[in-house]
Amino acid sequence: MSAADTPMFEARGVSLRFGGVQALTDVSFHIKKGELFSIIGPNGAGKTSMVNCISGRYRPTDGKVYFKGQDVTGMTPNHRAALGIGRTFQNLALFGHMTVLDNIMVGRHHLLKNNFLTGALYWFTGARQEELAHRREVEEIIDFLEIQHVRKATAGTLSYGLRKRVELARAIALKPDLILLDEPMAGMNLEEKEDMARYIVDLNEEWGMTVVMIEHDMGVVMDISHRVMVLEFGKKIAEGSPEEVLADPRVKRAYLGEDDEEEAAPPQKQEVA
Amino acid sequence: MANISLIPCGDFKTTYGRDTTIFPTVTSRNFAILGILILLVCPAFMDRYWLNLCIQIGYLGIAALGLNILVGFTGQISIGHAAFFGFGAFSSAWLSNSFGIPVALAIPLAGVMTTAVGMIFGLPAARLKGLYLAIATLAAQYILQDFFGRADWFTGGVAGTIAEPFSLFGFAFDTDERFFYVVLVYMVVMYILATNLMRSRDGRALVAVRDHYLSAEIMGINLTKYRTMSFGISAFYAGIGGALYAHYLQFVSVEGFTILFSIQFLGMIIIGGLGSIMGSLMGTAFMVLLPEVMQALTNSLAGTAIDTALNLKEAIAFLREMAIGLVIILFLVFEPDGLAHRWKQIKAYWKLYPFSH
Repeated sequence: MSAADTPMFEARGVSLRFGGVQALTDVSFHIKKGELFSIIGPNGAGKTSMVNCISGRYRPTDGKVYFKGQDVTGMTPNHRAALGIGRTFQNLALFGHMTVLDNIMVGRHHLLKNNFLTGALYWFTGARQEELAHRREVEEIIDFLEIQHVRKATAGTLSYGLRKRVELARAIALKPDLILLDEPMAGMNLEEKEDMARYIVDLNEEWGMTVVMIEHDMGVVMDISHRVMVLEFGKKIAEGSPEEVLADPRVKRAYLGEDDEEEAAPPQKQEVA
Repeated sequence: MANISLIPCGDFKTTYGRDTTIFPTVTSRNFAILGILILLVCPAFMDRYWLNLCIQIGYLGIAALGLNILVGFTGQISIGHAAFFGFGAFSSAWLSNSFGIPVALAIPLAGVMTTAVGMIFGLPAARLKGLYLAIATLAAQYILQDFFGRADWFTGGVAGTIAEPFSLFGFAFDTDERFFYVVLVYMVVMYILATNLMRSRDGRALVAVRDHYLSAEIMGINLTKYRTMSFGISAFYAGIGGALYAHYLQFVSVEGFTILFSIQFLGMIIIGGLGSIMGSLMGTAFMVLLPEVMQALTNSLAGTAIDTALNLKEAIAFLREMAIGLVIILFLVFEPDGLAHRWKQIKAYWKLYPFSH
């Protein structure tokens, strides 16, 4: 397989167990470079568990994960960040007492070279120049996400929609090749959702990032995704273009609801399960 | 950030460099320089008693800043800080006595030695949190205290050890007036280093670990490394503070570095403000001056009904301890962000008067 064909990310037979709970069962998929890939499924289907396996917060019980062809299954999250995986969280995970600017600068961590010694000697070791150079790039991200007016505000004091945007800015600051967005539009109003969708498409098309998105808003998912994977009870039940997935009868049954005449079936199914 | 409203109208920053200075405005920088200039002439008109207090604030303030980096900025806990302070004191005395290393060099070296010890005791920090970590550092306190008592070659055992006075190019800083400048220089340098650290990569990483360690890890921050490193930095500051203490008193006894002293350090940073650099100094000054205020209060009450009722002269010793305890409780309830935050509010009030916002 040539380098160009190597998928950005690949999961092979990933299973994840927490005691008696089977969060993921034998999930295999791959994400191509430059793709906008969505993972959907009902609540508790294992979407966030899957993203945690990609970002390294969970280690799969079985199976392997590959990033750019490299086996990263045993790698710590901070190591994966340095390789080029960035993410946002479903429940906000900003550094609440830091300013927005500092939050985003933390995202540059693996790109900055100074340590605590050279940092303490600020003026004499090039730490200052480095800070300023990265500040410039961070300002570009701030500009892109239109959060200039809050750059010096404490992150914990911002509104929900702004915090989501700051979190996205922080993930972008990592300069990742693969960015994982865990419900970027949850709890937003229509206008904020439209903005966020625009940012995600721009990230994918202009910034050239491969995007993995978990989202419940089917309208957005079907509009902007290139490919969609559907999980149900930790199993992959469908994968393909939005149209293909929408047409899949299993997806209809599991996730999007059913026609009236078929509604009698589920209780039976649950008894079997 | 309360600071935003304090930047005067029309003071626009046009370069990133101007926007990342230590002091937000030129005026605040000038006031800080003025403050240091005033301190420079202090020995000329302060008596020995006050100079002694200032020197205490200096070396304790350095150690307190170290603890604040650990507790306030990184969100760890340590109740063994006094033991590191003591280790720094003995190391510096030992280095200059046993190897003839000049005191001026022995002090930073003592800091480095203490760093190594601090990082060893900081290793559990990578795995432990909260109360469990507190107990682990308590172990550090007792292990080191026991070591001081037994290691005659290092500490002189129960007899203690003498420490040479600080000297530079043959000039001995052996009086309070002279040593004041040594402490002042060390304090200014150490505080500037800490300020720089906190506005560069690793300082931000420490705060990130405190605020949300899971997402810090996702941002590429190695938690084990930074938690251990934080202990190292904190021990370095304690070591420098302790070494200055040793060469100021010119004698180190094994008895001083108790858990009570460790808790006083915690009191300093809580009163001063967790996660505030200048707060560490304010809290230290507060803790050092509080007994003096209590003494003055007692003196002014001499002969009054309160004096006779409470028998103040005899009771001053425990009243002082009670006052410190009471003040810590009052701070936790009414000003958990410490003196540094109160100071910001006073500045804002002054600046914005007669409006409240």
